[in-house]
Amino acid sequence: MAIIKGRVWKFGDDIDTDRIIPARYLNTSDPEKLAEHCMEDADPEFPEKVQEGDIIVAGKNFGSGSSREHAPISIKAAGVAAIIAKSFARIFYRNSFNIGLPILEAPEAVEGTEEGDIIEIDTKKGTIINTRTGITYKANPIPPFMEELLEAGGLMEYIKRKYNLGEE
Amino acid sequence: MGMTITEKILADHSGGKTVEPGGLITVKVDVALGNDVTAPIAIRKFREVGAKNVWDVNKVVLVPDHFTPNKDILSATQAKILRDFAIEQNIVNYFEQGEVGIEHVLLPEQGIVLPGDLIVGADSHTCTYGALGAFSTGVGSTDLAATWTTGEIWLRVPETIKFVYHGTRNKWVSGKDLILYTIGRIGVDGALYKAMELRGPVIEQLPMSDRFTMTNMAVEAGAKSGIIPPDDITLDFIKSRAKRSYKLYYSDSDAKYSEVIDINVSEIQPQVALPHLPENTKNVSEVSNIELDQVFIGSCTNGRIEDLRTAAKILKGKKRKKYLRLIVIPATPTIYRQALKEGIIEILAEAGAVIGPPTCGPCLGGHMGVLAKGEKALATTNRNFVGRMGHPESEVYLASPAVAAASAITGRITHPDEVYQGEE
Repeated sequence: MAIIKGRVWKFGDDIDTDRIIPARYLNTSDPEKLAEHCMEDADPEFPEKVQEGDIIVAGKNFGSGSSREHAPISIKAAGVAAIIAKSFARIFYRNSFNIGLPILEAPEAVEGTEEGDIIEIDTKKGTIINTRTGITYKANPIPPFMEELLEAGGLMEYIKRKYNLGEE
Repeated sequence: MGMTITEKILADHSGGKTVEPGGLITVKVDVALGNDVTAPIAIRKFREVGAKNVWDVNKVVLVPDHFTPNKDILSATQAKILRDFAIEQNIVNYFEQGEVGIEHVLLPEQGIVLPGDLIVGADSHTCTYGALGAFSTGVGSTDLAATWTTGEIWLRVPETIKFVYHGTRNKWVSGKDLILYTIGRIGVDGALYKAMELRGPVIEQLPMSDRFTMTNMAVEAGAKSGIIPPDDITLDFIKSRAKRSYKLYYSDSDAKYSEVIDINVSEIQPQVALPHLPENTKNVSEVSNIELDQVFIGSCTNGRIEDLRTAAKILKGKKRKKYLRLIVIPATPTIYRQALKEGIIEILAEAGAVIGPPTCGPCLGGHMGVLAKGEKALATTNRNFVGRMGHPESEVYLASPAVAAASAITGRITHPDEVYQGEE
């Protein structure tokens, strides 16, 4: 998954998990059902507009509030390939790596990106290229352990390998 | 170099002597909590990797509190997944209706969480237990599943911000007002990824109920955890509840903090957080013209017996404003029964309140008090995000139980002094 190229949907600061997936939809944990309401209270039309491979670009403290993993699950199931933000709330940050959703902190890239831009992310190098402006941005580095999680496809897959689970 | 209380607890649980802020460590977990919203995903993940048994049936805690009593068929299905798993795995601390209360009030009440513990919970307000001098943090469902499988979790060691509260509390200034004021000062990401260590002479005088309210909202400042050093008040709270050993930790005098913030509480008046962020705080007297459709007293933040006593004191012999809905939810069955014994339920009911069964319910717009478009609620809860209690165009104002009770009488945001002249 080293290179991710996609169209940008832009959001502001402090997008909390209630806006990403409101509690009225938490009576299920089915990813497809959750995807139908992804980002609904931030942009009611988002679930209709978003396409496979799109990228969310947001301000500071993205994913604040509730620990509900339904939030990154709904984003991933809606087809979003990655999230770039100025900063992430900590539980959302963990949850995203744990389910194998690439996310990057890159404040300058957020400032230099507009909705509809096509950007190219190299998760290995931690670089973000805005194809409209040609400018390359550097994301804050991901700790090596977190990279291992992404490579494994998430925390459970990582643990399964490490502890040889599921093997008789 | 000295260590903070948080670093000491993390070091002990990592098997090492020291830890460095910023370092990634793996720690042994004492309690791993899930609820009816977060545990079903954890259960699915647990099964997907082929795990058979949880690592310790005494350390896994399952609390169906969010959408219970089941609000619809889908919620009932989620609750059933939880119950079936608890039966299959012989989980000791599973709580059925009639025993179940809001997790973050229930666990301390039942002595399940104790000083020095390392607790993770798939609920962001798991940070509440830091009031006992424990390290406690919210995680997601996958983290919970991994912990059930291995008994361990990876954590980044947080830097600590020390908050020193001094001065004299003004009348009606509770733990809720102190934490709202603090969040207003540092912002909703003011403690992002960090531990908030709450200290000082004012904290040392605070009852446990107010301490829990404060650490409960540490996550509202973005913090990983909130923590209060244990003292005689802590020990008095746990002495009749603890059924196992525990350990008291204290920060060294030369411990390193990323920041020290001094708060003179003499300057603080009762607070209210305006929509749509907990950092939008004002003095109650500045916003007393805002009219309300609903007042809710309850939640893991302020659904304790002390909160109900405060509300009853102000509402005794009075009536709620006509057309305003007053909803009161005792956080646990024990609190409910105690409120019955003390005549609190009767006072509140006579004031026109509807009393709900223990549940998170309306706090997260689940059920039992959801808001329509354009409605305004004042709630003793912890979040006032867009759509938090219902329609995306409804509004939530956060305040203490005293302000909530006073506001229920007048139908607008009200300072308790306006309707109640007695002692606090």
